[in-house]
Amino acid sequence: MGGVCVIATALEGTLSRSSLELVGSARALQPLGLETAAALLGHGPGLAGAAAELHRHGVGVVYRCDHPLLTAGQSDAVLAALQPVLARAQPQVLLVAADTVGREVAPRLAARLRASLATECVQVEAAQDAIVARRQVYGGRALATLVLRARPAVLSVKPRALDVPDPAPVDGRVEDVEVSIDSEALPARVRQVLREQAEFGLEEAQVVIGGGRGLGGPEGFALLRELAHLMGGAVGASRPPTDAGWVPVSWQIGQTGKTIRPALYIAVGISGATQHIAGVSGSRTIVAINRDPEAPIFSVAHLGIVGDYREVVPALIARVKELRGT
Amino acid sequence: MDIVVCLKQVVDPELPARDFAIDPATQRQVREGRPLVISTYDENALEVALQLKDRIGGKVTVLTLGPAAASGDAIRLALAMGADEAVVVDDSEAPQRLGAAKARLLAAALRRLGRFDLVLCGCESADWVERVVGPLLAEALQAACVTFVSRIEQVDGTLLVRRLADEGFHLVEVRPPAVLAVTSDESNRPRLPKVKDIMTARRKPVHTWPVAEVAGQAGEEGPLEVEVRQVTLPERTARCEFLSGDPGEQAAALVQRLRELKLL
Repeated sequence: MGGVCVIATALEGTLSRSSLELVGSARALQPLGLETAAALLGHGPGLAGAAAELHRHGVGVVYRCDHPLLTAGQSDAVLAALQPVLARAQPQVLLVAADTVGREVAPRLAARLRASLATECVQVEAAQDAIVARRQVYGGRALATLVLRARPAVLSVKPRALDVPDPAPVDGRVEDVEVSIDSEALPARVRQVLREQAEFGLEEAQVVIGGGRGLGGPEGFALLRELAHLMGGAVGASRPPTDAGWVPVSWQIGQTGKTIRPALYIAVGISGATQHIAGVSGSRTIVAINRDPEAPIFSVAHLGIVGDYREVVPALIARVKELRGT
Repeated sequence: MDIVVCLKQVVDPELPARDFAIDPATQRQVREGRPLVISTYDENALEVALQLKDRIGGKVTVLTLGPAAASGDAIRLALAMGADEAVVVDDSEAPQRLGAAKARLLAAALRRLGRFDLVLCGCESADWVERVVGPLLAEALQAACVTFVSRIEQVDGTLLVRRLADEGFHLVEVRPPAVLAVTSDESNRPRLPKVKDIMTARRKPVHTWPVAEVAGQAGEEGPLEVEVRQVTLPERTARCEFLSGDPGEQAAALVQRLRELKLL
């Protein structure tokens, strides 16, 4: 019987960041006394480097599967490729990133393996023989603690909930696993990948300014962009502006959108009801600007301004310009 | 097209903080006296189904699993929006069940309903947010699966859907029967029922099936049970420091505080 298996993906050519975050979760499970291996799925010349990255972070055995169908969004191809890989690795615990593909793969894998399942985990640890996983519930208002005793166990981990662990290089080895996948037989198949023009690296930015329903329309975002530009930050949005089509959906921060953990998050015209808070609560400092002093965002903000953003944000822009001497 | 939409009733997620409480006996949100609504993304799923019916014809059946006594409003709304028929699996335990158990019961109900081309549900429930029901239904029904579907792009010849992805979206070709877990989008904002539709909705068929009957036909398939040890409210140690004055003064104060925090 195997140990912990990290489902690492390189579907866009290079190792996904969340794959390394999973290695961190695997380390947290060390008390279980299991070896950590990785299943590496992807295609192209980047796979060698991806395997090396995994070895560099302490993963000894990498089961590598290289196939031209293992590209962005191809969940059914990933499931097909995992069959021979998991037959080889025989893991007791599977860690999957809860990204576009992982969200589809993790539950389906758990069903096929008759495994216990915990999804969207923000923390994973071992407690004697059991795995304890924590996840946000009720739109981020509460935290549920789950205990998984049965094996195998499948856990999907929310991207960016955990840090990439420090390197811990080991002499690893790669086992290449052959798989044949019939493209015509895939029940769902990505025909096209369309990237939206997002503000630069919303998830990497150290300063993020989010706009909400309170902006009243797309024009408000121009002000936010100006402020963000001055502060070297990115602009995002809560759900209502993206649902209304004011800004692209890829700007969305919140449970269905991106989870961010910048040093500074400024929420403008965002009420802070439930889901959005879940996406930003990891920010080090949260500033909220809202006309409503009762807005729930103020219960998570560190600094609050009750006021009209149309007056406050231009004043902020002027102040920051002054500071910068521009 | 025959479409079934799975709807779940939840306590209104926009409930004010003071009304949100966890029942220590069940380790779930207190529902007593709280307003119930259709889970956010389930409404979007219903809208996608209705738009498809408007476009190419067919039938939309809504399926809900929950205490029948509390399901009336959700069913009436769905029928008023344009669904043709409703099935309620009467289950008083539903609020305690996790996604895997629910998917098993829903799958059994779907098998009993007979043939369908598409099953639509929300990408996640507004309360427990596991994001598992769609994919688990697909496994149980041996159907194709796409999650985070924001819209159906094409439906003649091939079924082409748009799936929300981390950096944009994917156009995904799906072969029915398929389960689509739907997310919100500018194209699928739920329609408001007209008064005349609310009236005609009363004549549409609503079937109630006891959960024990449905459970008897449920398979053993799917993931295993996990224990919910507890549900806790996180410690909110941050106390908001409000900056007062006119906008100019507030802005100055904020810049000052950010400089002190070395963020500017």
